[in-house]
Formats: sequence, structure tokens, C-alpha cells
Amino acid sequence: MDWLFTFPQIDPAHLLSVKRFIDGSLKALTRSYGTAIEDFFYPLQRVLIFFEKMMTGAPWLVVIAVMAGFAWLASRRWQVAVGVIVTLAMIGLLGLWKDAMTTISLVFTATIFSIAIGIPLGIAMNRYSRVGKAMQAILDVMQTMPPFVYLIPVVMLLGIGRVPGFIAVVIYSVPPIIRLTDLGIRLVDKEVLEAADAFGCSSSQKLWKVQMPLAIPTIMAGINQTIMMALGMVVIASMIGVQGLGLNVLQAIANQYFTQGIFSGFAIVGIAIIFDRTSQAYGNRLQKHRGASHD
Amino acid sequence: MTDQQTAIEIRSLYKIFGSNPKAWVEQVRNGMSKAELAEKHSHILGLNDISISMPASKIQVIMGLSGSGKSTLIRHINRLIEPTSGAITIGGRDVLAMTEAEQREFRRSGTAMVFQRFALLPHRSVLDNVTFGLEVRGVGAAKARDAAMRWIERVGLKGFENRYPTELSGGMQQRVGLARALSNDTAILLMDEAYSALDPLIRTDMQTMLLELQKELKKTIVFITHDLDEALRLGDGIVILRDGSIIQQGSGQDILLRPADDYIRRFVQDVNRGRFIKVDSLMEPVTAAPDDSLPRFASGMALEDAVKRFSGSDSPAGLVVDDTGKPMGQVTLRRIMEAL
Repeated sequence: MDWLFTFPQIDPAHLLSVKRFIDGSLKALTRSYGTAIEDFFYPLQRVLIFFEKMMTGAPWLVVIAVMAGFAWLASRRWQVAVGVIVTLAMIGLLGLWKDAMTTISLVFTATIFSIAIGIPLGIAMNRYSRVGKAMQAILDVMQTMPPFVYLIPVVMLLGIGRVPGFIAVVIYSVPPIIRLTDLGIRLVDKEVLEAADAFGCSSSQKLWKVQMPLAIPTIMAGINQTIMMALGMVVIASMIGVQGLGLNVLQAIANQYFTQGIFSGFAIVGIAIIFDRTSQAYGNRLQKHRGASHD
Repeated sequence: MTDQQTAIEIRSLYKIFGSNPKAWVEQVRNGMSKAELAEKHSHILGLNDISISMPASKIQVIMGLSGSGKSTLIRHINRLIEPTSGAITIGGRDVLAMTEAEQREFRRSGTAMVFQRFALLPHRSVLDNVTFGLEVRGVGAAKARDAAMRWIERVGLKGFENRYPTELSGGMQQRVGLARALSNDTAILLMDEAYSALDPLIRTDMQTMLLELQKELKKTIVFITHDLDEALRLGDGIVILRDGSIIQQGSGQDILLRPADDYIRRFVQDVNRGRFIKVDSLMEPVTAAPDDSLPRFASGMALEDAVKRFSGSDSPAGLVVDDTGKPMGQVTLRRIMEAL
């Protein structure tokens, strides 16, 4: 009856040799191409450092003014701008200004990259049904994968530091924008598309003059999701060397610094609220003329 | 730009929807019914042997209830829908032989379309909606704007050019749709139940506007409707469709006075005949002496107006006269009463 209680697993010796082989070849790969990979990502590192320096190096008054102004431009509501000022001031008062700026710069850059990667992929997904099906499967896997798993391959290839952390954040946060770009284009009214055809639109005219403008509110919802996921991942990515508020949380867990953890946690929530309100208000403003028509 | 006699020629057009439509054309041609095709072979017969010659510069109405295939038919003209079999020529050109690029060009400058549910672009202002067709064609912004402003004014939307479609009523939205189609300056205008979503009063206004515009523009208009009153009011020629087949084709007068079958007879029953039948349709050669005391009716006068003229005289007949006052024929009160 023994066989019933121990699963008939593959011979451990075999498994071990397989693991050794894979790990060994991966190590060999990084050893021989490590510098090439690093060189390849060097421009990215420069970009990340540039944004981080810009945020942490700028006078705090300027940062607050710019962010509040940005929030107002996006939402056209003074409440949102005031909310931004109050939140940033609180973070500063708690002594978390520098860390918060690092986190904001990382989330900001990650969002820009996600948009740049995600929108073209979403369009491709919509246009070519094969790409769509393949992408659907990939996205399903990506979105069910525990976020920690994303850290493994990047750490293997790039080691610990700013760039691998950033890549993990982008990979983790890009799915919603891909999905919602595709969805937004699919939701465009059939009659409007027929009208575009009837007026002789080429397929690129149809995409840029009709489908994309009408998909923008949905795409904005995707961007909002992407920002939120990037913020969440920033904390996890602190494990592989990302600086900022996430690192504070990690240290607090490791050393049982209760207050430091709570303060940093609140700072992250504050930043999340700022980004969320601003991007949502912008999305709603775009939707002003696109509501259901009244007959 | 338009062919003088026939603008749009449709010959034995079939449209079957399903997984393998081509395979069933022959059977349908040999008399397989729509019901049989649907039940036994799960293909839907959309259009069955449609042949229509639409004269240039006239309004051709295609009428039928929902499911009759009228919207499918109009979409064949600009090839938004591919026929299963048949031929379509427009101004002598074979529409079905066009390459994709030629077809796009044809849609841009040969036809314009107005839609039942307006199909305006909600993210664009009225002005930008009206310039849409021109923009797609690559007309310069300033030129497109001038043309658009002219048409916006013509359809009575001056002052609304910076509004957005959702801010307008249904009737106003359809004016935008019409201006968008007209600004493309095409010989053919396709109107797919353009007024069906509008309130009756607004619909009448829009019909009047279309007739006035047509007097001057003389476009070849294909107008789809399910409303017989609308068909009679607008149509120079009317085609009645049922289950994808043509049951009657002719002028409004023909259809009112000589309905082809019971289906059409039931249709025309509720129409105000006095308003739509014209004295010309009941005209006989003049037998009475052309006396000055006889009531005179201008050619094209509706029966209800003619009857009023009779009430002032005790003559049993009247003269139908043309624009110059020359008698064309006579109409008796008895015939009018019969027709009503």
C-alpha cells in the first residue's frame, strides 16, 4: 500500500540532472552574454536615472506645483489639484519625500513604457485574429501568474538593480492596457464603422479617425489599471533592488519596524489615489461627448 | 457625371447568407423557397432575383417591412455587402469588377450614404462630422470647411457647427447625416431608412427638405423606407420587396391604382388615396366640348383637391391642363369617386 501514499514521481536523480542542466545553461548564457544584455539595457538605465534624478532633484515646491497643475489640466477640477497638494505635503511631512519621488518616477516611467508597448499590441490583437488568440492565452497566463514569479527570469538575466526591477514592473502592469485597447476598439459602434466604410475609409483611416478616438475612454481605463498595478509591483520589486517606498516596506517587514511600514504604506496609498483620481477624471472628461445619444 | 438614362442597373441579384451560399444559388433559381432553404439547409435567402433599373436624377424608393431585404439591397449598391450572384452596373461601370482601391475611390466620390441611426462620429463636432467624407478623400482642411459650412447652412444647422452630436435632437442629428452625405458631392445618394427613427412631424419636414434639395441637385437617390406614405411622397419610382423578392415595381400611382397582389392591396388600404393619386392617372381623352365652364385641374393635382373644385360646379367632368393651360385630357367625378 505504500505506493498509494507516495506519489510516483520522476526519479529524483533525473529531475536533479534536468534542473542542473537548465540552470547551468542559463548561467552559461548570462556569463557569456551578461555584458551584452547589460549594454542592451544601458540606455534604459540612463532613462530611469534621468527621471529619478529629475523627480528627486527638483525643488519640492516645483514638484508639488507641477503635479497639482497636471492634475488640474487632466481633470479641470480644483478638488483634485488640492487633493494632490495635500497628499504630497503629508508625505513630505512624514519624511518620505525622497522615497516617494523615487517611486513616483518609477511608476511614471513604467506607465509610459507600458502605454508604448501595450497600445500597439492591443491594436495588433484586434486586427489579426491569430495574434489575438495567441495574445489572449499569453495574457491569461500572465494575469494568473503570482507577481513574485516575474522576478525570477529578470534576476537571472540581469541580476539585481534598477533595470530588472523596472522590467518586472512593466511586464506585470502591461496586460490591462493591451486588453482594454483591444476591447475599446471592439466596442466601437457597428453603424459608425459601416459609415466609415461607406465613405471609403482605408483601414488605417478607419483606425485613426474612428476606432482609436472612440476607444480612448476604454484605453484610459486600461491606463488607470496599469498605473495601479505598477504601484503594487513597485513594492514587490523592492526585493530585487528597486529603491523607494517599497524598500521601506520591505525593511519594515524584515526588521519589524511597525510605524515605518505603516507610514510608507500610507504614502503608497496616497500616491495611488493621486494617480487614480487624476487619470479617471481625465477619462471621464474625454467621455463627455460620447455618452448614449438621445433620439 | 451621371448617365442620362439609367444610373443604377441591378440584374438578377441573389444574396444568400450562410456557410456556403454559392452552392444554393442554382436551387433558389430553380424555385427553392426561402422557408425550405432555411429549414433544410440553414441558409437564409436575403435577396431573390432582384432586377431594377434606377433612372438617373430621380428618387427611387425601395419599400418593404423589416426582414424584406431592403437594407441588404441598398448595401449592394456601394458593395458594403457582396452579392452571391448577379450584376450591378452604375453609370455603365461594373461595380462588382472593381478592385479594392477602385471600390474605395468609388465610395469616396461616387456614392454617399445616410443611415437610419445617423451613425455620426460622437467625438467630432457637427462641422468635423460634415467634413469627414472630404477629409477621407484628402480634400484640404480649408476647402472642406467651406463646403461643409455651406451644407450645414443648407440643412438649417447654422450656428450649431461647433456642437456635438449628443447635444442635438434626432432630427438635427439626421440633418448632420444628410449634410455629411451631400458635402461629398456625389451623383448617387443612398438613404437607408434615413427618416424612420424620427418623429412624424420632423419626418415630414425632412421629406420636404429633401424634395426641395432634389429639385436643384438632381441626384440619383435610393431611398429605403417601410412607410408607404413616405414612399409615395418621395418616390419617382417605387419597388416593393417582400421576403427578398420584388412583388411590384412602378410609380406610386401604379401601386395605388393597380396593386399587384393582396399583400400590396392590404398595404395601400390605409393610405390617404385622395392625397397621393393624381388627376393625371385617371385622365381619359377629352370627349366633352372644351367648355370654359368646366373645372380645370393643373397636371399633378391630387384627387382631394380636384374634388373640392367639383363642388363649385355641377359639371360631371373637368379638364386636366398642363403648365401652359392646354388641355391634356378629362377626368370625370365618377372616376375620381371610384378611385377613392
